[in-house]
Amino acid sequence: MSRRVVGPFNRVEGDLEITLDVEGAKVREARVSAPLYRGFEQMLVGRDPSDALVYTPRICGICSVAQSVASARALGMLMGIAAPDNGRLATNLVLANENVADHLTHFYLFFMPDFTDSIYAHAPWHAAAAARFAAVKGAATRAVLPARAEFLRLMGLLAGKWPHSLAIQPGGTTRAVAAQERVRLLALLHGFRGFLEATLFGAELEMVSELDSDAALMAWFAAGDPLRSDFTHFLHIAEALQLARLGQGRGRFMSYGAYDEHDGPLFQGGVWQDGVHSAVPVEAIAEDLSHSWLEYRSTPRHPCDGVTVPAVPDGHGYSWCKAPRLGGQVVEVGALARQMVDGHPLVRDLVARGGANVRSRVIARALEIARVVIAMERWAKELRPGEPFCHHGELPDIAQGAGLVEAARGSLGHWLSVRNGRIHNYQIIAPTTWNFSPRDADGVPGALEQALVGTPVHEGESNPITVQHVVRSFDPCMACTVH
Amino acid sequence: MSAHEHRLNLLWLQSGGCGGCSMSLLGAEAPSLLTALDGAGIEVLWHPALSAENGTDVLDRFERILRGELVLDILCLEGAVMRGPGGSGLFHVLAGTGRPMAAWLEALAPRARHVLAVGSCAAFGGISSGGGNPTEACGLQYEGDEPGGLLGEAFHSRSGLPVVNVAGCPVHPNWVLETLAQLSLDGLDATALDPLNRPRSYTDHLVHHGCPRNEFYEYKASAEHMSELGCMMEHLGCMGTQAHADCNTRLWNGEGSCLRGGFACINCTRPGFEEPGHVFGLTRKIAGIPVGLPTDMPKAWYVALGSLAKAATPPRLKQNAVADHIVVPPKTGDKT
Repeated sequence: MSRRVVGPFNRVEGDLEITLDVEGAKVREARVSAPLYRGFEQMLVGRDPSDALVYTPRICGICSVAQSVASARALGMLMGIAAPDNGRLATNLVLANENVADHLTHFYLFFMPDFTDSIYAHAPWHAAAAARFAAVKGAATRAVLPARAEFLRLMGLLAGKWPHSLAIQPGGTTRAVAAQERVRLLALLHGFRGFLEATLFGAELEMVSELDSDAALMAWFAAGDPLRSDFTHFLHIAEALQLARLGQGRGRFMSYGAYDEHDGPLFQGGVWQDGVHSAVPVEAIAEDLSHSWLEYRSTPRHPCDGVTVPAVPDGHGYSWCKAPRLGGQVVEVGALARQMVDGHPLVRDLVARGGANVRSRVIARALEIARVVIAMERWAKELRPGEPFCHHGELPDIAQGAGLVEAARGSLGHWLSVRNGRIHNYQIIAPTTWNFSPRDADGVPGALEQALVGTPVHEGESNPITVQHVVRSFDPCMACTVH
Repeated sequence: MSAHEHRLNLLWLQSGGCGGCSMSLLGAEAPSLLTALDGAGIEVLWHPALSAENGTDVLDRFERILRGELVLDILCLEGAVMRGPGGSGLFHVLAGTGRPMAAWLEALAPRARHVLAVGSCAAFGGISSGGGNPTEACGLQYEGDEPGGLLGEAFHSRSGLPVVNVAGCPVHPNWVLETLAQLSLDGLDATALDPLNRPRSYTDHLVHHGCPRNEFYEYKASAEHMSELGCMMEHLGCMGTQAHADCNTRLWNGEGSCLRGGFACINCTRPGFEEPGHVFGLTRKIAGIPVGLPTDMPKAWYVALGSLAKAATPPRLKQNAVADHIVVPPKTGDKT
C-alpha cells in the first residue's frame, strides 16, 4: 500500500487536500481535508442580527447570494415576515442567476479542463477536447466568459453587484423593477438562452428539460455529430472513459427544495433513499466533530445549539470541516440530489441504472441549467412593476430561527438564536460540509471519501486524474465548508 | 498577439477569504478577463480557479521561484493572511505542503517584482479580521489601518513599490485589470498610490460621485427603509460621501452599484469597514446629525446648507424618497 497526498487541489473553490491510500492500483481509503479555518460562526456572536446580512454572504464568493438568502430567511422567521410576490420572484431570479452561473463556471472552467491533461494525449478524442477546453487557452473557455458576464448583468440590475450584495432582505428585495427593466431582464435572458442553445446544448432548452431517460438522452446524442455542442462533447468523452463507473455514491440524497413558487418550491425538497421519498427530518441533523480540529468533540449536536471552537491542529483530526449527518447517516447533496428528490425522470433513470457517479452528477447540472433558465423567463414575466418588492419588520430581542436554501452545490442551512437583541449563536451547514465531511465517531467516511474508494489510479501518478474527475464532479466549495 | 514584447507572469494565491475577488474578476466585461490579461501582456503562471495544474506541478513552480530559476513578475494575494492560532499560521496550511500559507507568502513576496493585495482582506484584514478576529487575520502590509501586517512596514517588492492594495469587498474586476495593465505598460510609481497604498485611479473618486440619488441628497430627501429611492445617508448608514471608490461612475456587472441596488454603501475599500462601530444599515447620529459627514466639508456649513435644502425640498422628491418607484414624475414644462 502507498500513500499519496494531493494538494494544492485547484479548480475547486477554496482549499482542499486529499490523502489517498492506494493498493493494487485502486484507492483503498481516502481522507478529505479542508486546511483553512475561517471563523465566521465565532465572528457573528454578539453582533446585531442584521449584521449577518453583511457578514454571511462574505463566507463565499461563489455562493454569496445563497448565503444571503439563508440568512434573510432565518431573520425573516425571527421577524415573522415574508416577501411580497415581487420580492419572492426577484429573490428567485438573483439566486437562479448565481446558481446557473456557478453550474456554467463548474462545467467550463473547473471540470472539462481535466480532459485536456497530457495523460490522455493518446486518446483519439484528446486533440478536440484540448482545443475546446484547455484551461485559459481553450476556445470554449474563452467563449464562456463573455456569455457568463453578460448573464450576470441581471445581478447589476437586481442586486447592484455580484458577489456580496445586500439586496436580499428578510422581507424581500431592495431593488424594485420598473417596466422597462422587466423587459431588459427578458432581453438578457434571451441572449443567454441563445448561448446555451447554440453552444452548450446544440438544442432547445425545452427539449433538454424534457429528456426522460438515459436512452432518450443517448438517442439524441447519437442523432448528430458527437462534437456538435459542449454538452454532447462531454457525453462523448464520458462514454470513452466510462465516467458512469467512476465516483459511485451511496444513493442517499437530500434537498431542502429550491425556488419559491406561490404554491410551493419549483423543485420539491425531501430525502430520497431506497426508492422512497420522504420529508427532510431537519431535527435529525447533527454535526459530529470527532475527526475535526475542533473542541467539544464528544457529542454530535444539532446546529441550533452547535458549537464552533477551533483546536490546535493535531493528530486527532484531519480537517476543519465538521461531519454533518442526517439521522446518523451520510447524505449527498447537489444538483443530482435536487433533481432526484424532485423526481425528474432523466435523473431518476440515470441513478436507477448507475447510481450517483461522475457522469450523472454532470448531466444533472446541465439539465438543471435548462430547467432553471426556462423558469427564470417566467419569473421575469410575472414581476409586476409598481407593486411592492420588500416588506419591513422589527427584530425581536429573543428568538430562534433557521434559513434553509438550495445553493448551486446543494443544501445550505443557517441556524440563528438571538438574546438581548444580539446574536447568541449562529451555525451554518454548507453543501460541501455535507459532501466533503470527514469521518464520524463510528468511523463512517463522508460522501466524497466513500465515492473515492475503488477509484483506479495509474502507477506513478502523483495527482491521479481519475481522482480529480471524482472530486470535481461534486463541484466542491471549500470556502463555504470552512466558514 | 499583444503589443507587449515582454510578457509579465502572474502568480495568484488565495488565503483567508471567500474567493469572491476572483469571482468578480471572472465577470470582467468589454473585454472579458482572458482577453484583458492577454492585451495587458500578462501570462497566468498559476491561478487556483483558472489553471490546469494541481499538486506537485504547482509546488515545483513555487520551488523554482524560491531557487531563483523562475522569475516572478507579479504576485497577487486574495484573502487575509491567517496568523492564528497563537501566531502559528496553522489556520491555513497550504494543501500538500504541511507549511502555513503565511510562511509561503513571506518566502515568495521578496522574489516578486510587484506584489498586489487583491481585496480588502488581503490589503487590511477585511471581513476576515472582523468580530474579534479569532483567526488573527491581517493584510499583507497592513493590519486594519496600521502599517505592518505580515510583511512589515519597510517591505518593498523588487520594483521598489510597497504592496499595492487593490482594496474592495469584492474588488471591481477593472480595478485589478487596470492596475495590472498599468504595471505592465509603464510600471507604477509611488505617486499613483494613495496614503493607504491603494491605486489612486479608483480611490481619487468617491462613491457619492455619480450616485443616482444625488438629487435626493441635495434636498435632504431621505429614504426611511432600504428599497426606497431617497438618499440613504441620513437614516440607512450610507457612507458613499466618504467612501473612496468609483462605483457609481464605473458601475458593476454592467449596470449596478450598491446604491443602484437599493442598499447603502458600507465603505468596503476602507481599512476596518467590517467594524463600523454601529449596526450596518443604520446611521449613527449625535443630536440628530449624522456622525459621518463628508470628510472635507466644514460641519457648520453642512448643517446650514442641509437645513436650507430641507426647507426647499420639492414635494416630488419628498414623496419619491419614501417610495420604491417614481410616484411623482418631474413636471413637464408648460408650452411657452
